[in-house]
Amino acid sequence: MKRLINSTPSRGGRWLLGLLPFVLLGMLYLSLSNARLAENPNDPLLPTPAKMAQSFHHLATAENARTGEILLWSDTLASLERIVIGVGISALIGLIVGILNGGLPLVRAKLSPLVTVASLIPPMALLPILFIAFGTGEAAKIALIVIGVTPFLIRDLQGHALRLPDEQLIKAQTLGASSWQVLLRVLLPQLTPRLLNATRLAMGTAWLFLIAAEAIAAQEGLGYRIFLVRRYLSMDVILPYVAWITLLAFLLDQLLAWVSRLAFPWYHASEGDNA
Amino acid sequence: MSLLAAKRLEKHYGNHVVLENLNFSVESGEFVTLVGASGCGKTTFLKMLLGTEATSRGRLTLDDHPIPNEPGPDRGVVFQKYSVFPHLTVLGNVMMADELRSSKLLGKSFGAARRRGIEKARERIEEVGLDQALDKYPHELSGGMQQRLAIAQALMMRPRILLLDEPFGALDPGIRQDMHVLINRLWQEQQLTIFMITHDLKEAFELGTRLWVFDKTRHDPQAPEAYGATITYDLPISRDRPSEALKETLQQGGLQTHTQETLL
Repeated sequence: MKRLINSTPSRGGRWLLGLLPFVLLGMLYLSLSNARLAENPNDPLLPTPAKMAQSFHHLATAENARTGEILLWSDTLASLERIVIGVGISALIGLIVGILNGGLPLVRAKLSPLVTVASLIPPMALLPILFIAFGTGEAAKIALIVIGVTPFLIRDLQGHALRLPDEQLIKAQTLGASSWQVLLRVLLPQLTPRLLNATRLAMGTAWLFLIAAEAIAAQEGLGYRIFLVRRYLSMDVILPYVAWITLLAFLLDQLLAWVSRLAFPWYHASEGDNA
Repeated sequence: MSLLAAKRLEKHYGNHVVLENLNFSVESGEFVTLVGASGCGKTTFLKMLLGTEATSRGRLTLDDHPIPNEPGPDRGVVFQKYSVFPHLTVLGNVMMADELRSSKLLGKSFGAARRRGIEKARERIEEVGLDQALDKYPHELSGGMQQRLAIAQALMMRPRILLLDEPFGALDPGIRQDMHVLINRLWQEQQLTIFMITHDLKEAFELGTRLWVFDKTRHDPQAPEAYGATITYDLPISRDRPSEALKETLQQGGLQTHTQETLL
């Protein structure tokens, strides 16, 4: 009998084992749902999969009588737009400030304490200020994502910049590089894949701030919708929406991983592929 | 006028004296090998030549000008590792020097300038025998190939002096022999001036024209940091004379130092 730490599942077995928790959770849900619906067929809290599919299908196909929009797609588009713009701005600021902080000691001395303090401010506590400053439109929601995500990205990239071997910076200088050229040809290309990696980690936080901001003030959006239908206990809408958000988050994550592997093969080979 | 000269050169960190009383002058075309026990200041000395460590006292001049206090294109370097850029291919690594010179703003060349750069880089890459691996990234190369690449990259600048910090220390003995042949050939063909730190005394005798042994001449057991190392032996190595004989002369001279105990 092998020790437990040496026993590995076969390829097919791994799939089955991975699937097992999902199946168990599904069965648990079905049995609970059945029990509740047997008592009261109109119970809204644990709807049947059929009911959820029906509601979701309705949201995904039926045009709104007033605006002519299909709710699911307009919600998805609105949320994706906010999160992509928000995270995009954060990534850009994170990359630029991270490189400058990591590469230039004089800049780091000025900015690093500020970034450290800024990263400790709970972004949600700033949301009222953002609403007051930017109104309740798109700007406030995007600003919340930016404030929430940027300090993390800056600190992560600054750390990576400082961990680059000194030998490389010296080597670049012996090849005649100016400060600007070192930042551009040594730091930038080596930090970009690390930025993508950090962005993937930050996406969870970004979704959190997006949905929080949408829940408080919005006219459309995935977070807005689930908080809106909460008033009617419409679990048949909330649950598929949560699943939909999860799927979108998963796809965005995989997209970033794919871009990174495609554009920076050297990074994934030397760092160990942790996609 | 000598290429590189030092007069009463010293280096200390606070009260800790690392190097003291260094006096030498090195002519163009010499191949100086530096040996000494670990932690005796060989690498500190190399860093002073590079410009990443400032001199504490005395003079260190390259072409009669004090060595600048930061690395520059007149001094090429190959470290034991991390000498090449992991995000560039073999070709990209070697082209880097040219691109940095021709495009101050972007550090990248395009069109005709790029084609010229590729031609030049290819020659250098062929010299070190990497022409089969032009489009490979460093992580796809063996340790020996990475060092060949680092050498080719450093030679693109035609540096006044080439600094090698245990460049072959991490390589297998067989590969190391190939690298000796390579560096020897490049040194002769291109009339380089080389400073090489090594732990391998045989390597030091085999490659160098001049051997420097770094060691402490004075030692205070109560205050081990009070005195620094200096060049205790500055030996010309004749290429015709077998190094075994030289080693014997060394021993006949009654040289019993800390370094010899650890190295010979």
